[in-house]
Amino acid sequence: MEEVKKIGHTGEKVAHGIFFVCGMVAIAFVLFITVFLVISGVPAIGKIGITDFLFGTVWASTAAEPKFGILPFILTSVYGTFGAILIAVPIGLLCAIYLSKFAGNKAAAMIRSAVELLAGIPSVVYGLVGMIVVVPWVRETFNLPDGANLFSAIIVLSVMVLPNVISVSETSLDAVPKEYEEASLALGANYTETVFKVSVHAARSGIASAVVLGVGRAIGEAMAVMMVAGNVANMPSLFTSVRFLTTAVVSEMSYASGLQREALFSIALVLFIFIIIITLLLNFVFKKKGDVA
Amino acid sequence: MASIIEVKHLNLWYGDHQALKDINIDIPEHKITALIGPSGCGKSTFMKTLNRMNDLVKNCRIEGDVRLNGHDIYKDMDVNVLRKHVGMVFQKANPFPMSIYDNIAYGPRIHGIRNKAQLDEIVERSLKQAALWDECKDRLKQNALGMSGGQQQRLCIARAVAVEPTVLLMDESTSALDPISTAKIEELCTELKENYTIVMVTHNMQQANRISDVTAFFLLGELIEVGETKDVFLNPKNPKTEEYISGRFG
Repeated sequence: MEEVKKIGHTGEKVAHGIFFVCGMVAIAFVLFITVFLVISGVPAIGKIGITDFLFGTVWASTAAEPKFGILPFILTSVYGTFGAILIAVPIGLLCAIYLSKFAGNKAAAMIRSAVELLAGIPSVVYGLVGMIVVVPWVRETFNLPDGANLFSAIIVLSVMVLPNVISVSETSLDAVPKEYEEASLALGANYTETVFKVSVHAARSGIASAVVLGVGRAIGEAMAVMMVAGNVANMPSLFTSVRFLTTAVVSEMSYASGLQREALFSIALVLFIFIIIITLLLNFVFKKKGDVA
Repeated sequence: MASIIEVKHLNLWYGDHQALKDINIDIPEHKITALIGPSGCGKSTFMKTLNRMNDLVKNCRIEGDVRLNGHDIYKDMDVNVLRKHVGMVFQKANPFPMSIYDNIAYGPRIHGIRNKAQLDEIVERSLKQAALWDECKDRLKQNALGMSGGQQQRLCIARAVAVEPTVLLMDESTSALDPISTAKIEELCTELKENYTIVMVTHNMQQANRISDVTAFFLLGELIEVGETKDVFLNPKNPKTEEYISGRFG
C-alpha cells in the first residue's frame, strides 16, 4: 500500500507541475510581447518626440522631410471602434435576449449556428464582401466619389463584432437564475418587463464583458478594414478615406526602414496600450457592483 | 368565515399525469391557511394555481373554477393583475441582485409608481411590515445579496407586500432557515394576517399547528380534509389525516 500511495503522490506532483507550466506559458507570452513592444517601440517615440508623435496630425513617412504624427490613426481607431460598437451592441444584445429568453428551440438552434459561422468567417472574406458590396453601396447611397471610407469600415466592423457580442451576452443571460424571473413574474410584471428589468440587469457584468470583447476585436482588426477604409492617412471624418492604427502598421511594414520602421513599432505599442486601458477600465467599472452572473 | 378564494372542481394535469383531482376548497379572508401533505401530494401545485404560476409549466392543463373575490382568475382576470393581488414568497429566498431599496420598489415601479416620495414611503412601510426596517434602514442602497438568509427571506416578504396584495402565498418559505429566523417569520405571518390572507405550504406539522387557522391535508393529488386547524390536528375526520399528522407516513 505504501508503494501505491507514493506513486500516486508523485503523479499528483507531476500533474501539478504540468498545469503550472501551462498556466505560466500564457503569462510568459504576454510578458515577452510587452517587453518586445516597449524595447522596439520606445526609441522612435524618443526621436520623434512624444507630443509630435501622439498629437501630430500629419503622417508623411516617406517625404523628404518625414513627419510621424499618428493622431489620425488614433482617432480613426477610436471612432471606428466606437461606431462599430454603437451599431453592434444594441443589435447583438437584442439578438442574445431573443435567443436566450424568447426564441423556440428550433429557431434558437438555427440562429446560434449562423452566429457561430459568422464568428468563424476569416476577416479577409469580410474585407472582400465589404469591398464588393458595402463600398459601392456607400458610394452610391451617399453620392460620393469613393465609398472606401470610415463609414464602410464601421459597417464591416460592426458585423464582425456582432458574434462576440451575441454569444457572450447570451451565455450570461442563460446563467441568470430562474428564481429571479419567477420572483418578478409573481409580482405581476409581464415577461418582457421581467427580461429587461431583471434578467438583463442580473447579466450586466457578462454583457459588459461582451462589449469589451467586441471593442478588442474591433480595435485589433486589420485585414478587413484595410480593404474597405481607403487606407489614406487623413484626419478621420465619416466619409473620408482613413487609416487605422492596425493598418498603419501593416501597410508600410513590408518596405519600411530606419526611423519609419521604428515608428511602426511605436504605433503597435500605442495599439497595445489602448487595448490594455480599455480592458482594465471596463473591468473596473463593471466588476465593482458585486454581480452574480 | 368569509372566503376570499373559492375553488370548485379543480383538476390539473402535467402531460398525462393528473396532479390535482377535483379540489374544492374555500380560503377564508384574513386567516392563515396551511397546506400540508407528503412530498408530491400536489399542495405546491395547488398553491401555484392561485397565482397562475403553473402557466409557466409546459404541458400543464387546468380545468375547474378558481375565483378571487368572485372573479374567475383563469377567465376574467389578466394574469399580471391577478399576480399583483396574489403575491408569492418562494421556498428559497430570491432577492434580485439589486439594492434593498430597488428590490422593494421593483413591484410598485412595475405597476406605475414613479414618484420618489411615494416609493420611499412604500419601501419604509413594507420593510416595517416585514420587521426589517430597523435592521436595514441605514443600508437601503446596499446590495440585497449581502444580507443573511433569514433577512433575505423577510426582504422577499417585504417585496411581496409592497405591491399591496390581498393574498400572500408562501411556499415552504421557512424550510431553508434556522429556527430563530423561522420564528421571526412565523410571528410576522400572524401579524400580516390582519391585512392579508395567507396561504402557506409547509412540511412542518408544528408550524402548521402553531400559526395556521385552517389546515388542508393533501394526499396524492386529492384534498383529503380541510377544517379549522385545531379540529384537523385534534380530531381528524379522515383516518389518513390522522396517520399523517401523527407521523406514521410522509
